[in-house]
Amino acid sequence: MAHSPIVPQRVYWLVFTTLLLLTLVTVDVAFYDLGWLNIYLALALATTKALLVVLYFMHLKYSARLIWGFVGAALFWFLLLVGLTGADIFTRDWVPEPPGWTSGENVP
Amino acid sequence: MRAEMSSTSPSTASATSIASGRSPLAHHFDDLEQQFEASTLGMWVFLITEVMFFGGLFASYALYRALYPEGFAVASRHLDYRLGALNTAVLICSSLTMALAVRSAQLGRSRALRLFLALTMALGLVFLGVKVIEYSHKIHEHLVPGPSFRFEGPQARAAQLFFSFYFAMTGLHALHMVVGIGVLAVLWILAWRGRFSPQYYTPVEVAGLYWHFVDVVWIYLFPLLYLISRT
Repeated sequence: MAHSPIVPQRVYWLVFTTLLLLTLVTVDVAFYDLGWLNIYLALALATTKALLVVLYFMHLKYSARLIWGFVGAALFWFLLLVGLTGADIFTRDWVPEPPGWTSGENVP
Repeated sequence: MRAEMSSTSPSTASATSIASGRSPLAHHFDDLEQQFEASTLGMWVFLITEVMFFGGLFASYALYRALYPEGFAVASRHLDYRLGALNTAVLICSSLTMALAVRSAQLGRSRALRLFLALTMALGLVFLGVKVIEYSHKIHEHLVPGPSFRFEGPQARAAQLFFSFYFAMTGLHALHMVVGIGVLAVLWILAWRGRFSPQYYTPVEVAGLYWHFVDVVWIYLFPLLYLISRT
């Protein structure tokens, strides 16, 4: 499959409508106090929308395995970037400072 | 050179029938399909570098948001979520018209292609217009980081950090929109000159990938900047 297939117009309109509905849900749900769940719900909804755009509008669903591999690599490196940065910052106070160290005033 | 190629390869024979008479096939590709695959993959690779480019900002935003939750929450409520939601809808509409532009190019419908390209550009300009309104509000409210920044209360420093992220991320995104509109304008002229056909519409497809990517970035920016901590 070299050129992208011609996707039926109905599919594009369906994706479009779903994206608008999910945007409404995203806005509405932000005003309910769900505690720590709010942020994860917002990210899950955004990821669903992003997946719809990437799979249908960007034709990933109809693309070669090679492209899937490249997109997977991007996701992997991004999660590595976020994960390892967080792992550094949020574990800094797990281990007490060794005696003789100056107080870490500059450490957040 | 181009004439030689088109006489040897069957798939280029159709490509030379384009109004301009020039074959779009570059000499280092076997045929238009191979060229299409290479161009598409090239655009995906570029978009992956963009993921890392924006990714650095998203990662540091998440980090500082976790370190200064109260300051970021107070500052975030100074953004108008209705304008943010409106712009999200505008960008989703522009993604639909872009997808339909690519489809028109695939079907060889030149008039529809130019119409959808123009609609996509118009929606992109609406997005930038709303952004200008938002930025001018922030300037009037002294929320631009720097010497003129004014913020009441104990969270002023964290709020200034939030607005640094706000302007860096939305500014970079808006810059991508400006570039995208420029690319679409070039495509419109090429379409008007009859450079595209069902055999050759690679630039439209590749520009579509870029446009949708910029939409995806906004899909994340909107909830992260405008909506979190509304409760």
